Amino acid sequence: MSTQVAGRPERPELVAEPRPNYLANGYGIKSWLLTVDHKRIAILYLVSITVMFFLGGVFALLIRLELLTPAGDLMAADMYNRMFTMHGVVMIFFFLIPSVPAVLGNFLVPMMIGARDLAFPRINLLSWYVYIVGAGFTIAVVIFGGVDTGWTFYAPLSTIYSNSNVALMGIGVFITGFSSILTGLNFIVTIHKMRAPGMTWFRLPLFIWAHYATSLIMVLGTPVLAIAVVLLAADRIFQIGVFDARQGGDPLLFQHLFWFYSHPAVYIMILPSMGVISELVTCFSRKRIFGYTFVAFSSLAIAVYGFLVWGHHMFTSGQSIYAGLLFSVLSFLVAIPSAIKVFNWSATMYKGSISYETPMLYAFGFIGLFTIGGLTGLFLAATSVDVHVHDTYFVVAHFHYIMVGGAIMGFLGGMHFWWPKIVGRMYPEGWGKFAVLMIFAGFNLTFFPQFVLGYMGMPRRYHAYPDEFQVLNVMSTAGASILGVGYLIPMVYFLWSLRFGAVAGPNPWGATGLEWTTPSPPPTENFDVTPIVTEEAYSYSKEEPEVVGGTQSTRASLR
Amino acid sequence: MFENFPLFPPQASTIAGEVDLLFFFLIAVSAFFTALIYLMVTIFAVRYRRRSSEEIPRQNLGSLQLEIFWSVVPLVIAMVIFGWSASLYFKMVRVPDNAMDIYVVGRQWMWKFQHPEGNREINELHVPTGRPIRLTMTSEDVIHSLYVPAFRVKLDVLPDRYQSLWFQPTKPGTYHLFCAEYCGTQHSGMVGSVIVMEPRDYEAWLAGDASGGSMAARGEKLFNQLGCVTCHVPDGRGRCPTLVGLFGRPVQLITGEQVTANEAYIRESILRPNAKIVSAFQPIMPTYQGQVSEESILQLIAYVKSLAPAPGQTVGTEGNMPGGAVSPGSTGPAPGTAPAAPSQNRSNQ
Amino acid sequence: MSEVPSPLAHHFDDLTQQKEATTLGMWTFLVTEILFFGGLFAGYAQYRTLYPQAFAAASHHLDIVLGTINTAVLIASSLTMVMGVRAAQLGRRKQIVIFLLLTIVLGLVFLGIKAVEYTHKYHEGLIPGPGFALQGEERMQVRFFAFYFLMTGMHALHMVVGVVIVGMIAFFAWRGRYSPEYYGPVDVTGLYWHFVDIVWIFLFPLLYLLGRH
Repeated sequence: MSTQVAGRPERPELVAEPRPNYLANGYGIKSWLLTVDHKRIAILYLVSITVMFFLGGVFALLIRLELLTPAGDLMAADMYNRMFTMHGVVMIFFFLIPSVPAVLGNFLVPMMIGARDLAFPRINLLSWYVYIVGAGFTIAVVIFGGVDTGWTFYAPLSTIYSNSNVALMGIGVFITGFSSILTGLNFIVTIHKMRAPGMTWFRLPLFIWAHYATSLIMVLGTPVLAIAVVLLAADRIFQIGVFDARQGGDPLLFQHLFWFYSHPAVYIMILPSMGVISELVTCFSRKRIFGYTFVAFSSLAIAVYGFLVWGHHMFTSGQSIYAGLLFSVLSFLVAIPSAIKVFNWSATMYKGSISYETPMLYAFGFIGLFTIGGLTGLFLAATSVDVHVHDTYFVVAHFHYIMVGGAIMGFLGGMHFWWPKIVGRMYPEGWGKFAVLMIFAGFNLTFFPQFVLGYMGMPRRYHAYPDEFQVLNVMSTAGASILGVGYLIPMVYFLWSLRFGAVAGPNPWGATGLEWTTPSPPPTENFDVTPIVTEEAYSYSKEEPEVVGGTQSTRASLR
Repeated sequence: MFENFPLFPPQASTIAGEVDLLFFFLIAVSAFFTALIYLMVTIFAVRYRRRSSEEIPRQNLGSLQLEIFWSVVPLVIAMVIFGWSASLYFKMVRVPDNAMDIYVVGRQWMWKFQHPEGNREINELHVPTGRPIRLTMTSEDVIHSLYVPAFRVKLDVLPDRYQSLWFQPTKPGTYHLFCAEYCGTQHSGMVGSVIVMEPRDYEAWLAGDASGGSMAARGEKLFNQLGCVTCHVPDGRGRCPTLVGLFGRPVQLITGEQVTANEAYIRESILRPNAKIVSAFQPIMPTYQGQVSEESILQLIAYVKSLAPAPGQTVGTEGNMPGGAVSPGSTGPAPGTAPAAPSQNRSNQ
Repeated sequence: MSEVPSPLAHHFDDLTQQKEATTLGMWTFLVTEILFFGGLFAGYAQYRTLYPQAFAAASHHLDIVLGTINTAVLIASSLTMVMGVRAAQLGRRKQIVIFLLLTIVLGLVFLGIKAVEYTHKYHEGLIPGPGFALQGEERMQVRFFAFYFLMTGMHALHMVVGVVIVGMIAFFAWRGRYSPEYYGPVDVTGLYWHFVDIVWIFLFPLLYLLGRH
């Protein structure tokens, strides 16, 4: 998006002399831990979630190693249960949920809309500290032996029967929830109130729309999880009987409260990555997004539908048939906005000028894996098929296709795309391409066999399993080791590039967007002068864009 | 190698084939759209690859027609799947009337089965082919889930609640039985097998293992041991409603509500007698919480079910049936008492 | 503009934008709070429907007089809060401080009365848990008290936070930080305070009045 500069003449001396970039603005520990700069907070988040990702990854590898053989021989059942619980908790609450929003979102939301910072910089820093306290609790739980309830904490197993640190874990999840609420709140206010002159809603990059939708879910869903966890902890500690069937409580109430948050939470993970993909596909096709308004509103539609479909996790739980059917039909409706996105991304590439840098390969990977993940969602929305595959490896495969194949591909694609902006240096392109291919292959080898395992009937969370499932499990474990190495490679070359990478310059990709109009890395205040926006997002060409099969009247409806 | 590497579960129930048919349809739909997207992306990526670094393609705003097209087509397909799936789902959850009963109690970490004829098994379930079987299930502790992949059925087993699941086995054989809802340390050990037999073999099996009488007989024994019989007398002259012919009938409560005397109702009346008081009776029955196991309760229910009305006695009609109420100040049958009344009130001798 | 020491934070263009952002931020936060209490209300509604008699019987253990007094106290505190905000709009420094201090006093009175009620419940053994006094059939009332303590406890926690924040705002007002151009913090604190009041306006009938014929 090309911009004009309009004078805010108050600090001419700073315009004349290049200001230090945000990384050079203080070097001490204190300059990082007390920073209110959204870009530095993004880096703080990046470091913390990377640590949590590798912690969760270690759990995943141990799980896969155990499942190499049908008998439970590597570790005891109890240890295995703690492994998959901690894997789920760490990956979901401490990696996936903050991944794109807290790192890329924090860094880019103000820059993309032409603001100097988020609306509440100190609350932004607070949210990181809240996250760290929550993560501290989690690590304490790991040290004290973990939790064995599954990340879903179903009552009454978690309230009465488990002997692990459920309450401590609950506190950790509760606290982290507030980090996510504060981030969401900050984004909503920032997007509403801090846009640069001329940056109308329909000139916003789709990354911003996706983050706006995500923030809505964070703000509306997380408090319900918080209260569910409070009830759970109270029930466990004081035996108040809220979920205890023996005292007349209803264990299904917990599931309802839990999934009211935790289903939308899936969209917290995937929507920001969808926003990333919209940026990548347009940049590496040098094209305006096909059907801007449809892509933008499909994000909102997903966020809204997301709140109406939690019951599809409970088709076999004993909820009423009619509730089941209602949740089923609503779940099918979520497929529509998702389909709209995928078709529009593909159509954007039509007659584009496509180049194959690493971020675009991640975008291809995302589209491919998300398509499979989304389509297998139809199997689970169909009540009668779900009865068979619910709580089997089919479900495990499905949500890993969405969360790992979707969300993490998007996160890594975004990291490669904006890495030059964040640190001012390029990553090594060859290694980058190698890593994507490895991740894509490793991922499919890990998770595709699990679809078959699931339909054959292998239940999830099984420490030992019947012999006939072994071959597929071995394939899956083999894939996991490739995937693990695939994730380590970018980690290494990103660190390498900090020192040895080629200097990137302000806009290495020739991308549009306000974040590319500033130096790399950007100065602390982002822009020397507040930009004034005169064009729509993704204006790669000065020509008036054409409309496929339409007239002037449809042109208006597409704007 | 392939005998140890199956890619598809056996089909051993009447609905398994129907579920698989829908599954194959879903695979076809998924394969079509996956191929479409992959082809589109691949073809565009190759055909429109960047040929010079200055190249700027012609821009495109979008197309309303296309947007509508690719919203409506998936919507229609999704609704077709929904309709198909919903109608099959109704079939899966509606228990046929002629279903044979088997009772299931789940606990950490085993499955306990009782056949009405009195046979009891742990982690093994023998069933005959050719007739629908209804499992009435409850849990002693956490939530479990009974799952037989070969039958394509699964239902959570909850504490303090009865859930009903049915299937009709078609093929003799031994099939996996899993607990599908994570239930604690030995969750993966809460497995067993379903042994499907020809009806004749099943009868033989039943006869070979019957000890201690049918469930109803055991229930009757308990009914006497626990002293239920002292109040719930069959002729309706006790201080409590008679249980003869009670099962499946509507019951008038003092709150004015009407409930059906089903398994859940009888269970609640044993454990929390004051939760639902039958019209015209006093809340004098003590709770049996903690005194009877889930299996005993199922036996008591089987006994109550077996209490068909005696010939000549027209159950549920006025004046005849729910006798012996301790209506305030009277010892005779309460005049105008409502129809069949259950196990509400009893005194502890 | 940067010459004068200004309440304008570095990343806002002007005070209007800053005020709008602050207000929208507080409203968004309150939406979060509604969902937070909403979870409790949903649980309460579920069990009230399942066990109407137990809930009705249990509500008789609550002290309706103290509850009513507390309702009046909170409504009065909302009034003083509004007057404090009004004083801030008009730039009357002394009045802001007085009204905010009154609000704090009323808030503390509320919390004091709540503490008295809690003490009574403690002596009657109505705290849910192993020592719960009601046994047998009456034990079903445990869930009422669970929700009573969770809901009023969460509310009281919000009151405590509110009192601390109002105290800080009063201190800043006394130092002369606010002016008719810049009083956003007073304004959003008022919003928060009213929200906490409104939660009580829902809690009072649900817990104290419903089921009392």
